[in-house]
Amino acid sequence: MTIGPAPRISLAGSGALLLDGAQASFDDAVQELVWAVAEAARGLDGVRETVPGMNNLLVLFDPLVTDASRVGEQLQSLWAGTDPQTATGTLHRIPVHYGGSRGEDLAGWAAHCGLSLEETVDRHAAATYSVAAIGAMPGFPYLSGLDPRLTWPRRKNPRLKVAEGAVIIGGAQAGIMPMTAPSGWHIIGHTDVRLFDIEAQSPVLLRPGDKIQFEIAGVEQ
Amino acid sequence: MIEILTTGLPNTVQDLGRPGHLSLGISHGGAMDSQALAIANLMLGNDRSAAGLEIALHPFRLKAHVDTALAITGADCPIRIDDRRCPPWWATAIRAGETLLVEAPRAGARSYVAFAGGLDLPSVMGSRATDAKAGFGGLAGRGLARGDRLRLNTAMCPLPPAGLGVALEERQITGNAIASAIELRVLPAAEFHSFTAQAHAAFTGSEWKITSEANRMGYRLSGETLSLASPRELLSHGIVPGTVQVPPSGQPIIQLADANTCGGYPKIATVIEADLWRLAQAPVGARLRFLPVSIEAATQALRTARQQLDAFVAARNISAGRLRPA
Repeated sequence: MTIGPAPRISLAGSGALLLDGAQASFDDAVQELVWAVAEAARGLDGVRETVPGMNNLLVLFDPLVTDASRVGEQLQSLWAGTDPQTATGTLHRIPVHYGGSRGEDLAGWAAHCGLSLEETVDRHAAATYSVAAIGAMPGFPYLSGLDPRLTWPRRKNPRLKVAEGAVIIGGAQAGIMPMTAPSGWHIIGHTDVRLFDIEAQSPVLLRPGDKIQFEIAGVEQ
Repeated sequence: MIEILTTGLPNTVQDLGRPGHLSLGISHGGAMDSQALAIANLMLGNDRSAAGLEIALHPFRLKAHVDTALAITGADCPIRIDDRRCPPWWATAIRAGETLLVEAPRAGARSYVAFAGGLDLPSVMGSRATDAKAGFGGLAGRGLARGDRLRLNTAMCPLPPAGLGVALEERQITGNAIASAIELRVLPAAEFHSFTAQAHAAFTGSEWKITSEANRMGYRLSGETLSLASPRELLSHGIVPGTVQVPPSGQPIIQLADANTCGGYPKIATVIEADLWRLAQAPVGARLRFLPVSIEAATQALRTARQQLDAFVAARNISAGRLRPA
């Protein structure tokens, strides 16, 4: 099956190509194809790493083993001929304490959405989210699936520190902080689930294609 | 065992990095000037990817608590071991109780110190490189501090009595980097054609200065303002070291070894892999020029750099063989 027009492929240096399948806005069907092509492209001669982004895919290769035009053609044919995988990822249930001192933007978020606090929280916890991509920092999930009523543009001034475990909203995306770091997203609660633990057997909890459901562990004003 | 006497937090344990985990959000990291660290290791008979020290803040001093050998490469610095002067790009013995001093560079920005056998540190996700942003790897995921003690792996290191030096043609720095612009070869990136004709002309036709916001994550540049023909909203996407992004300010940022694995700003170009060491050795205030090249030229430059390292390994093996008793 083919999804939309052929993707745009551009150079990212001599050893990488960026395949961009994005249309007007983020599309879940395109993302499933991104995961499938990422998986398939890992088997190509000379390919070193594939990095799913939001409706795009970065493919790193050794230019002394293969070359950009060859990899580009291979990616075009994979894009046209690969079946998007349907939800093969793991489902994670993440308990969230909404609001309080570790969810300071909750009331502002409800007001922005024109909903009651309860309804805002209920809607956030009712959805099933997809881990579209992991990036920026170790283990950070870009989550799609936010209820359109709950979108909230990012802060004009990013906070210099947002704590590990913060459950956050940025535009139409949801996320969870795997470590304390700067962020321009809004903080609506926190979880004790650790997304990144370098001591663990598998340091990064989530994988692209995984699903997430938030569970209400508590709500504070 | 070595002991750190004088340092700053920008100085870190590095190896050749942690590739293979970008899709988990983990940066490649590793030495900013990977060629300099690789050659320092090879001079000592180490694997090229053994862990050593990246010194971005000078002066730097360490004390040896064992008889060993070390190699110092990278920037052109005055170097002493106790009272003995040592040229850069040199491998030499150091005895227990002696102190290595690496002073501020005359040219370049980063020095590398490798040790016979390499630093004995645990491998984290396939590498001993410090990821200071995420807080793991190297020495407890942080920069070096005074009093830190680091163990060395045991090693046989047959060095000639006077030591061993390397002179690389492309490293012969002519004049002061501040006085003449550093040329960086670039390939166009995804949004190149979305920029205005004036931006294209300014990007390759004018000089760029490295601002004080420059570290292992990236360098912010100042110069003419680069504008898009029409504003573009991009979804987050993976980026590689060398990516030249243009945020709304119009002042470019070059993403480097510890950059976030994903970004969202338009990308005008990518500095070729073979020239990333030139950026590693470009200090704050240095001026840069971007020189467009073909993909063939970029690939050839990478091939030459790799062949040079391989030739070095071969030469080192021959000379090491001669030095060993029959």
